[in-house]
Amino acid sequence: MLLNIYIDWAFVLEKFLLVAVIVTLSLVIAMYTTYAERKVAAWLQDRRGPNRAGPFGLLQPLADGGKLFFKEEIIPLASSKFLFILGPSLAMITATLTSAVIPWGTSLHLFGRDISLQIADVNIGILYIFGVVSLGVYGIMIGGWASNNKFSLLAAIRGASQMISYELAMGLALIALLMMTGSLQMSVIVKNQVANGWHIIYQPLGFLIFFVCALAECNRTPFDLAEAENELNFGYHQEYSSMKLGFYLFAEYINMFISSAVMSTLYFGGYDIPFVNEAAWNIDANLLALIGFAVLMAKTFFFLFVFLWIRWTIPRFRYDQLMNLGWKKLIPLALINMVVTAAVILWLKK
Amino acid sequence: MNITQILVGSLSVITLFSALMVIISRNPVHSVLWLIVTFFSISGHYIVLNAQFLAIVNIIVYAGAIMVLFLFVIMLMNLNRETEPQKNKWLKLAGVLSGGSLLLVIVAALHTGDIKAMAQVKEGDIGLIGTLGKELFSTYVVPFEISSILFLSAMVGAVVIGKKE
Amino acid sequence: MPIVYYLYLSLALFCIGIVGVLTRRNAIIIFMCIEIMLNAVNLLLVAFSKMHPPKAGIDGQLFVFFIMVVAAAEVSVGLAIIVMMYRRIHSVDVNFLNRLKH
Repeated sequence: MLLNIYIDWAFVLEKFLLVAVIVTLSLVIAMYTTYAERKVAAWLQDRRGPNRAGPFGLLQPLADGGKLFFKEEIIPLASSKFLFILGPSLAMITATLTSAVIPWGTSLHLFGRDISLQIADVNIGILYIFGVVSLGVYGIMIGGWASNNKFSLLAAIRGASQMISYELAMGLALIALLMMTGSLQMSVIVKNQVANGWHIIYQPLGFLIFFVCALAECNRTPFDLAEAENELNFGYHQEYSSMKLGFYLFAEYINMFISSAVMSTLYFGGYDIPFVNEAAWNIDANLLALIGFAVLMAKTFFFLFVFLWIRWTIPRFRYDQLMNLGWKKLIPLALINMVVTAAVILWLKK
Repeated sequence: MNITQILVGSLSVITLFSALMVIISRNPVHSVLWLIVTFFSISGHYIVLNAQFLAIVNIIVYAGAIMVLFLFVIMLMNLNRETEPQKNKWLKLAGVLSGGSLLLVIVAALHTGDIKAMAQVKEGDIGLIGTLGKELFSTYVVPFEISSILFLSAMVGAVVIGKKE
Repeated sequence: MPIVYYLYLSLALFCIGIVGVLTRRNAIIIFMCIEIMLNAVNLLLVAFSKMHPPKAGIDGQLFVFFIMVVAAAEVSVGLAIIVMMYRRIHSVDVNFLNRLKH
């Protein structure tokens, strides 16, 4: 058997480093989002929030993580052990997978190589995000079922049907955007916005629908029916303890971070610096790429803040209200948005 | 042997093994999970054949929607390994035998055929979304519209059947 | 890759589906085995579509797309029927579906 495997090791190393950096970054940001959540909640409720661990309580996420690690791990006797562990792992994996197609910036020139700040610039970028998001249901469903608990199962089924319902409106809202760019490639979408202005100007309704659906996909208030503590005890992760519970909670924050990044990429110009023509600045391309990355992060942090703000402002929906909103309001609205966009594009072309 | 062949070979092993586990597993939930693994490996095959659009549609439609429906129904009915008692061993044997003989017959037929054609892997742009979309909305626009009517009628049908009278 | 390779693979997959349909009695599992068979055919169609590069083969891939569309519609109706059957006879065992016989 002749093995002639040619591998471009520099390329593999480059991608490996990029993946490592982005995953670590999203983990750290998710960690500090938990801290930000407490601080924002405290601020909105006129309290102080965590301030004991470290200066301004900045070490609080580490303390929380340590606490979760050292808690006793309980696996219910009557549950399927493998599936019980698979649930949180799947939630975590699907949460981190989405970052692969987001363009985090233009490319860097280092060591004579062009290093693109996007892990995979695939032809089907948006569909890839959709695929991974639709897989996010499994983490909840498997975990809820494997807990062998009526409350968990009910919460899992609720969560899954909610996520499936809101995916439809999300897809329809995105179709209008795709008609404008004519491509599903994330890098092309960003370049289109750099050239023609951000999509939020042309698609305000589409963005609104997308944002509401993103809230629902992340299981955030006002759509956190899957973990409604006062009707379902604690939701689908009721039987979980220790770090497995931590994984579920953490996956939610990673999802928030990634969906904020997706929103800023799709509707708010991605790494585009607003109001200026940075191509005329005449500075080093590497520096420009880093500034673009910082700008994208700033936009992402703004959306993260909006997520937290909504959580501590708006009460939870009732389940039938949730389904009504999804199927009878958002989907028709998204359809109208799509038809109007199509008509305008046709009219402009004539 | 190059890296593509290794990839396709391992994908095939995963595909066949997980498909076998679908029909062997006693617990329906495990069957569903193995079927999802099967769909993923088939999507892997599509990616190797550079049919990117079909690969992702396979994941979204099958793994993301259809299998969730299956899981829903199984979880709601609370099916587990006791719901399907095994009675007749001979019936099972007959099923395996007939399936095996079908495999045998077609393999024998293929063996005499001596087929030399090759499938193009990793390149070619017919599987990309732009190419497929243009064809779909020009030549195949009527079937496409009809399939949307099919969906509508399936939806109405499912609601009517599932309603409590 | 030689096309024969994909022929054997999808044939094996199809036969696994057939054996599943013949041996299992849980209606949902039978349904899943039909999905396996459909996917075996899809895989073969995609492999065939890549046989004549560079242009031919778009039809084959669109055919796979339509198969997926029909499969999705089929599952929604089929599962509704199975749920209905479960409500009537409290089982999804196809052997209990012989009421018309007696």
